[in-house]
Amino acid sequence: MKFLKYLLVGVVFGIVMTKSEAISWYRIQEMFRFQDFHMYGIIGTAVTLGVIGVALIKKFKMRDVQGNPIMFFPKNKSIARYLIGGTVFGLGWALSGACPGPMVVNIGYGYFMFAVVFLFAIIGTYIYGAIKHRLPH
Amino acid sequence: MIDFLIQPWSWWFSGLVISAVMFILLFFGKSFGFSANLRTICAASGAGKKVEFFNFDWKKQVWNLVFLIGAVLGGFIAANFLTPEGYVPQIAESTITDLQALGFSAPESIQPGELFSSSQATDPKVWLILAVGGLLVGFGARYAGGCTSGHAISGISDLQIPSIIAVVGFFIGGLVMTFLIFPFIFG
Repeated sequence: MKFLKYLLVGVVFGIVMTKSEAISWYRIQEMFRFQDFHMYGIIGTAVTLGVIGVALIKKFKMRDVQGNPIMFFPKNKSIARYLIGGTVFGLGWALSGACPGPMVVNIGYGYFMFAVVFLFAIIGTYIYGAIKHRLPH
Repeated sequence: MIDFLIQPWSWWFSGLVISAVMFILLFFGKSFGFSANLRTICAASGAGKKVEFFNFDWKKQVWNLVFLIGAVLGGFIAANFLTPEGYVPQIAESTITDLQALGFSAPESIQPGELFSSSQATDPKVWLILAVGGLLVGFGARYAGGCTSGHAISGISDLQIPSIIAVVGFFIGGLVMTFLIFPFIFG
């Protein structure tokens, strides 16, 4: 039962990804071609509200439902890692038209070919883990 | 209410709901980062015995796997109960024209049949495209330490410089693929 709440939030996530059409390969193409405001509006709204909300959580030192302080952990400082890793990610995002969340939402939608994309995303993560020590970070 | 849910959701309402997902997870004491699941799945499959990166207590991440299952269910519910029959997304005309030049017909559903219809399952070129796309996303997400949810939404909401750099990378990669590589793959 303690996991039910995560299932429900996941359902909301799957529905919003579908109904916003953020799971659509066409929408990702439209975004990278700068031909419509739609995707920028979605991400921009989420980030604007996110920045305000996170600032409020920090200012009022809000706590989670278990009473623990809500913590934000600064990511390690690096440029190479984020720039190279991000670029590799972007190449795949434009090609497959989906980041990891939308891949599984598409499977639920009935596009079973996304199971291939998702399986290879798992393999890609494994390859990263296996050769991590040889990459610039 | 149902009418409101069935029509396509506006960008502002969608953005609002996505930020709500992030805040609900924060108030549950978790952080919104979908691609962490890829690492968890590797670890849960026993990859930690061979590769140190996957040797961690993945059971603490089960909540995120449950979130993933919810996302699959959400896609199913939205497709079967919240989408009108024969619905076609309203993609920009200029995008449709550009994609037609690459051999894609005008949208008939939310995904191009050329890549994602099950009848393409026998085409090796389609498999190669989907496999390479998945590999790049999985490799890049972990190398960059996060994907769209972890960096573009959660990280930037916390004004983290690494997340801003990662999102710049997302766009470098996306633009290179779209404008420089697509003409060689399609068309």
